[in-house]
Amino acid sequence: MTDAELQDIETRLFFEAMAVRHGYDFRHYARASMKRRVQALAQSVGCPDIGSLIPRVLREEGFLGQALAHLSVPVTEMFRDPAVFLALRREVLPILDSYPRISVWQPGCATGEEPYSLAVLFEEEGMLPKAQIYATDINDMALAKAEEAIYPARNLAAYARNYAQAGGKTTLADYFTTAYDFSKISEPLRQKVVFAHHNLVADGVFCEVHMVLCRNVLIYFDRTLQNRVLALFHDSLVRGGFLCLGKKETLEGTDYADRFRPVDRDCRIWRKAEAS
Amino acid sequence: MTAGSFQAAVVGCSAGGLEALHRLLDPLPADFPLPLVVVAHLSANSDSLLPQLLQGKCRLKVLEAEDKMPVVAGSVYVGPPGYHLLVEADHTLSLSVDEKVCHVRPAIDVLFRSAADVWGDGLVAILLTGANRDGTAGLRAVKQRGGLCLVQDPATAVAETMPRSAIAAGLADQVLPLDEISRSLQRIAPSRAKKGKLE
Ligand SMILES: C[S@@+](CC[C@H](N)C(=O)[O-])C[C@H]1O[C@@H](n2cnc3c(N)ncnc32)[C@H](O)[C@@H]1O
Repeated sequence: MTDAELQDIETRLFFEAMAVRHGYDFRHYARASMKRRVQALAQSVGCPDIGSLIPRVLREEGFLGQALAHLSVPVTEMFRDPAVFLALRREVLPILDSYPRISVWQPGCATGEEPYSLAVLFEEEGMLPKAQIYATDINDMALAKAEEAIYPARNLAAYARNYAQAGGKTTLADYFTTAYDFSKISEPLRQKVVFAHHNLVADGVFCEVHMVLCRNVLIYFDRTLQNRVLALFHDSLVRGGFLCLGKKETLEGTDYADRFRPVDRDCRIWRKAEAS
Repeated sequence: MTAGSFQAAVVGCSAGGLEALHRLLDPLPADFPLPLVVVAHLSANSDSLLPQLLQGKCRLKVLEAEDKMPVVAGSVYVGPPGYHLLVEADHTLSLSVDEKVCHVRPAIDVLFRSAADVWGDGLVAILLTGANRDGTAGLRAVKQRGGLCLVQDPATAVAETMPRSAIAAGLADQVLPLDEISRSLQRIAPSRAKKGKLE
């Protein structure tokens, strides 16, 4: 047996242990990225191979937290893919504005930069008072940071460039208070985002919403899990509700391709079809 | 599938990469029997023009790599800017926005390592011009799994850091100018020759 084959077996057994022992099921994640992460976990906790992680994940107190921190990598930024936020501002928000109250669900919100970007859009389009953003993730450490809403000030320059390209109406710094090396999201925006733990693999519909914004999460899932998650999104959305996926994610090839109709193909925005 | 026959090629490049990719890909015949998966460091946030640019005189079909796209012979797959590109065990492509590796995303190391896991000694990895050290760790994985490592001759590269780093680590099976790499590929691919016969 080659070393690569052996590693595949170890990886499979490790995920089996995570699922059976702790109920965190990564078995339907795309394998190649996950294998990198499991290898990084093994290295950081001093395990010579993936197999040695298994007894620890089964028996070691507190090991789960460490494992989860390595397995879900909350990499994000504000206004990532500015063109998408511009499209949301121009094509989606005007339609959402016809509702008396607007709810948005952002699963896979990581450390919060993306939900706060959306809050900025609502603010600038005068819709913040009637908007409510629910942002969820499985990574509790990321959620804690998101709730705190404090980010390294040095990130702001890049975010400000994105913001300008996303049609920003003032300067991004207006939405932060900066002290020393850190910048905190202004309180009115922070109040509008509710963060919660939700696992797309295991949990049910979060709530009824007018838009689901879930970007760069589905790329980590295999087709089976993508279909499960899309079912959740479909069930959460009101009729005519919007779905926005990551720039390299698509409904094509999934069970939900004809349950939504495209609004902006390039920016990966769809609307839940009326009759379904 | 006979052991030792090549099944796929992966290519990594950085500064000066566009011109190098033309020189590598343009001579390949339309019936070139291996799929090629390419990662080039480009500025993120812009939609990639690279597939279009490369298609120019290339007789193979050049596609931007997408999530779950099957890798088949006769095509060149180019990773989109801002995403790591990986190969899955079922020979489909996957993308990730995990942290940068060697300060870049996409990283050549990420592609090469995942491809080495999948194709083992059926993989040819090609490292071209570039101004950082990305690709060296990837080639090490390719080599460990029995694959063939071709590295552009640094003397012919726009930026020599990347090929030099791999050569210094003792990972290059052959150090060649671009035209030679392209010819070498055509020699090994149709005949499905074993790497030992190459020299
Ligand atoms: C790459 S980040 C995307 C962040 C943000 N949406 C963006 O595009 O910038 C992926 C996030 O998905 C989360 N995630 C992974 N699996 C999940 C699951 N089963 N349920 C909920 N969130 C998950 C990870 O914890 C991580 O924060």
